[in-house]
Amino acid sequence: MSNTKTTSHENRTYKKRMGTGARRDRFRVPKFCFGVWRTATSQLRTHQALTLVVITLMLPVHTAVFSPLDAADWRQFRGTFANSVAVGESLPTQLSRSVIAWQTDLPGRGCSGPIVIGEQVIVTASSGYDDDRLHIISMDTATGQQQWERTFQATGRTVSHPKMCVATPTPASDEERIYAFYSSNDLICTDRDGHLQWYRDLGKEFPNASNTLGMSSSPVVIGSTVVVQVESDAESFAMGVDVLSGESKWTLDRPRMANWSSPAFLPAEKGQPALVLLQSLSGLTAVNPDTGAERWNFTDEAAVVPSTTVSNGHIIVPSNGLTILRPTADGTSYETLQSTRNVRASTPTPLVMDKMFFVINGSGVLSAGSLNTGERLWQLRLHGQFSSTPLGSNGHLFCFSEQGTATVVRTNLESGEIVSELDLMETILSSPAAANDALFVRSDQHLWKFADLDGNP
Amino acid sequence: MKYCSATLVIAGLISIVPVVKSDDASVELLRSVRRETNSTAAREASRKLAADGAVNLLPVLRGLQGASALGGNWLRSVFETIASQETRAGRMLPAGLLTEFIQDTGNAPAARRLAYEWLLRQDPALEHNLIPGLLEDDHPDFRRDAVALLIDRAKSSQGDAATQLYKAALRGAVHDDQVTVITEALEAAGQPVNLQQHFGFLSKWNIIGPFDNREMKGYATTYPPEVTLDPDATYDGQLARVSWQTITSDDSYGLVDIAQQIKNYKGSLMYAVTTFHSPGKRQAEFRLGTPNAWKMWVNSKLVFEREEYHRTTRMDQYRVPVALQAGENTIMLKVCQNEQEENWAQKYQFQLRVVDSSGAAVLSSGSTDE
Repeated sequence: MSNTKTTSHENRTYKKRMGTGARRDRFRVPKFCFGVWRTATSQLRTHQALTLVVITLMLPVHTAVFSPLDAADWRQFRGTFANSVAVGESLPTQLSRSVIAWQTDLPGRGCSGPIVIGEQVIVTASSGYDDDRLHIISMDTATGQQQWERTFQATGRTVSHPKMCVATPTPASDEERIYAFYSSNDLICTDRDGHLQWYRDLGKEFPNASNTLGMSSSPVVIGSTVVVQVESDAESFAMGVDVLSGESKWTLDRPRMANWSSPAFLPAEKGQPALVLLQSLSGLTAVNPDTGAERWNFTDEAAVVPSTTVSNGHIIVPSNGLTILRPTADGTSYETLQSTRNVRASTPTPLVMDKMFFVINGSGVLSAGSLNTGERLWQLRLHGQFSSTPLGSNGHLFCFSEQGTATVVRTNLESGEIVSELDLMETILSSPAAANDALFVRSDQHLWKFADLDGNP
Repeated sequence: MKYCSATLVIAGLISIVPVVKSDDASVELLRSVRRETNSTAAREASRKLAADGAVNLLPVLRGLQGASALGGNWLRSVFETIASQETRAGRMLPAGLLTEFIQDTGNAPAARRLAYEWLLRQDPALEHNLIPGLLEDDHPDFRRDAVALLIDRAKSSQGDAATQLYKAALRGAVHDDQVTVITEALEAAGQPVNLQQHFGFLSKWNIIGPFDNREMKGYATTYPPEVTLDPDATYDGQLARVSWQTITSDDSYGLVDIAQQIKNYKGSLMYAVTTFHSPGKRQAEFRLGTPNAWKMWVNSKLVFEREEYHRTTRMDQYRVPVALQAGENTIMLKVCQNEQEENWAQKYQFQLRVVDSSGAAVLSSGSTDE
């Protein structure tokens, strides 16, 4: 790691322009960024590109930032769209030592997952006897070499259950900046070269918004707002923070109840703005991320560990088993499509793929159900217990147990089949990431990249 | 040969004393960053300091003295940016200046530690050269490293030599895992350790209750002890008239177990009072562990409160900075139990200790807890 180099924006732009193959570039489109047009794919014809540019410019800012065209990145907890599904990726399904592209050491613990922005994979960690040293590390996705690391001193409480640690929330990015959040309620923004942009000591602003078991809610970035949700028995709030200045746009009082779930978001659609979805024991509140104004409120309770996920306009809430909502056409309310009581998510968040929902319970049993009917389709016992939310891609689920076993499950309407397993022999509590045909996962000691090194899917 | 060495020294000095002057205004801006500080100004100051490079390493470290918590992290970020720039460029950090800075205990402990960790990367021998002299340092990580070296030496020694090394290690140890290793070794050698005193736990308390906390309403209720502390007074309690009683914890970690020593009155609250003598004004940190809702007053001033029940407990669960006055300081705790029935929700207890910024015990100079 001694000969690491910081990748400049210029280098990244150059690499993006050139690409490394057709597959990795197929979701890239020209974007106006840093005052220049970045043209990404040589396969895109000029008129197609211009059409897409016009469409992109016509959309509100939030949709431009998180358009499906950025799908090659994995920018926050459960992915750019916070739904745990990697579209268009060819991930290695036969996991073995031979598909480990690289493995790199990490400077501290972390239940936070990696995020991927272009050729950077970003990881947070915490270290020290009091777990009060906060790390942000950037590595080159191609080699695993460290590009830069910044450390900070936690300003809030750092106690947590031994299973958790201060670096439990997954960081987020809007491509330009990185937003690292910790159980201590330190919210740190750097640019992609590690230069500090702003710093919020929310642990001092809200001195009782903590839990001795630790906090885990990950931030979500929607347009020009990074949203954090911090809820405990003693003090709770949600806040929208301006991505550029770090100043609060809005602050909401939230239910004073312990809560470890993370915000989800409903992308803008059919003229309706994007909404951030704040889950708690009370239910689910849809909020305008720019103003903090409540749009609607589902009040039929919800879990406090697994989070809500959104798929194709459906909102899957871990409530009374699983409850599936859909916003009304005018966006001011919701309708309940169905409730499935015979599945119960434990720590991992449910996900939806191929019109099926998938849930892992506390015993490590994977359940699949129909998104249309709510009916449970099949169950499959996996090996171990799970804190990590599985990742879905191309008809497969990638599951990482707390005991360190990676399991790939091929799914269809009739059954789930384990197609490969790999024992990484380290505790894994974080959720994986996928980008550019590679899978990334971290333990307390290491970050791994899995990719088909022969180029065969 | 001497001529060559002198030339090298001069060349080295030239390389570490660039012509550019340090930017004191930018350092001052960053060390004073508060919540309301415009981030654009802080970013610009950071950029300027980093752009000027190594000349700002020492000024940035010095700026950490008395810096705000936010300012400290801005300065830390600038230092790491410059240090990584220097390292990537193949230049050495100014070892002599940084070593001198680390050894000067008048500098901010966090700044000295930051300098040490970067210097250690280019000179691994620094650990054995510097750390043994930092056993009772103001920074807990220096203490931890020094204690670890002594424990390693003790483990490879025998008899009285090992015992003396463990005793030396105990002088600096502030972390429970290291204290446990040392204590076990010393007790095996027939040298018991007074953990209460080592950690600074307060063990003698005057306690009164139970008062009503059904439906958790007592937490916000002002009962008489919050108004006047009268050791001879009796009050209407939750069940009967209540009066002050003295209890002493003989637990090694100063645990005052209300549920065991008195009774687990469900839906109740108790007040616990003790005194702490300080020879002069000073800053200290009160470290509390309790699974119950609580309020803490020092010299009649509410210093912190937290309404949360049964989200586990541990030593040093809460850290409250306190300004001690010279002489007697009165500490009062309000400890509240709710009505949960689960087995894991039956604890009704607290433990409190007083420490300095390194985590080392600050002992009462009076008779109360010595």
